[in-house]
Amino acid sequence: MRDSARIEYVLRFGDGALVLAQRLCAWVAHAPVMEEDVAVANVSLDLFGQARMWLSYAGELEGAGRDEDRLAFHRDAREFHNVLLVERPNGDFADTTVRGYFYDLWASLALSELAGSHDERIAAIAQKSRKENAYHLRRSQDWIVRLGDGTQESHARVTRAVDELWRYTGELFIGDDVDAVAVGDGFGFAPEALREPWLERVRATFAQATLDVPPDTWMQRGGKQGVHTEDLGYLLAEMQVLPRSMPEAVW
Amino acid sequence: MVSRAGVDEIRAILDGVRDPEMPALSITDLGIVREIRQEDDTVVVALTPTYSGCPATRVIQDDVVRALHENGIESVRVEVRLAPAWSTDWLTPRGRERLREFGIAPPSGIVDGPVVVSVACPRCGSFATRERSHFGSTPCKALYRCDVCLEPFEYVKPH
Repeated sequence: MRDSARIEYVLRFGDGALVLAQRLCAWVAHAPVMEEDVAVANVSLDLFGQARMWLSYAGELEGAGRDEDRLAFHRDAREFHNVLLVERPNGDFADTTVRGYFYDLWASLALSELAGSHDERIAAIAQKSRKENAYHLRRSQDWIVRLGDGTQESHARVTRAVDELWRYTGELFIGDDVDAVAVGDGFGFAPEALREPWLERVRATFAQATLDVPPDTWMQRGGKQGVHTEDLGYLLAEMQVLPRSMPEAVW
Repeated sequence: MVSRAGVDEIRAILDGVRDPEMPALSITDLGIVREIRQEDDTVVVALTPTYSGCPATRVIQDDVVRALHENGIESVRVEVRLAPAWSTDWLTPRGRERLREFGIAPPSGIVDGPVVVSVACPRCGSFATRERSHFGSTPCKALYRCDVCLEPFEYVKPH
């Protein structure tokens, strides 16, 4: 149980980065301006790199000969452990920005915790990822303010995106058995502890962006345990089709 | 252990390995060569990635092996080392100068120091520059423009 908990724990972070990276790369050549096209590609690339570090570690822990590619391309949705937030569709630029902001802010807190993990490898991956995340958060937070405090149209769109995505933020702060092992063995953190710091930052940024923080509501959950929304299946189908149809293909 | 002379020789070879994205820089200028050591007959070079998703990482690994092979070192292993995480603080003074000459502004200040707002234009030296985008053609760079000479340029972000 303890080993499998650690593998699943590592997969949660790796799958989160991987699924968000895959979502973001669909923006390439479709972003509203050239600079954003470049930015979104960069963020996506960072996240693919982070996913690779997490998944190769998960594969090593598992010791069954699965490398990061095998884990990325040859698992089905029920075997993915990302939070639901990152698999939500891109929608418009406001939806993508809000999703990114919620994730980036959470990741900045989560990676800071993991940087102190007793598992040296987890700590190293987190320390590396944290530096990249700081730039992602700076950008997504700037956009929340620009869109929220922008035109009537951008304000309306970002408000709609917040209302839609808010229900997927609860899962970020709900611990389960795997988190309990992570805390007990000193390689992870208690998700609940991040909720207040996260909310505090959201309140400050939203105040600047003239946005309202939604009231407490019922929250969606299940992604960490492998129970996903329908959208993840389509994402994986697209991401996995080549290696699945030609498993022997090499670069 | 590789002898002192051996390490110096290998380092000199690695001085000739260029960053494929910023060919003005050698990988030693970039500060990504973390260790050179010998295990039996094998030379082990520990490299650290700049950004985790940087596509140049793999190319650099291959180039290191090729450069050592070309210099008669048969058995080479490249080891990827994640910790401590790469920082632009490890760019050498020579590397910073080479970047500037190449038309890319080197990072201002140090990572844990106060935020440096002004970035000098690598062409005319003016501090009247503006960020156009946090992100550039590679993960490590941002896009800037100089208000004096009006040229756009890239800036290696403090990291």
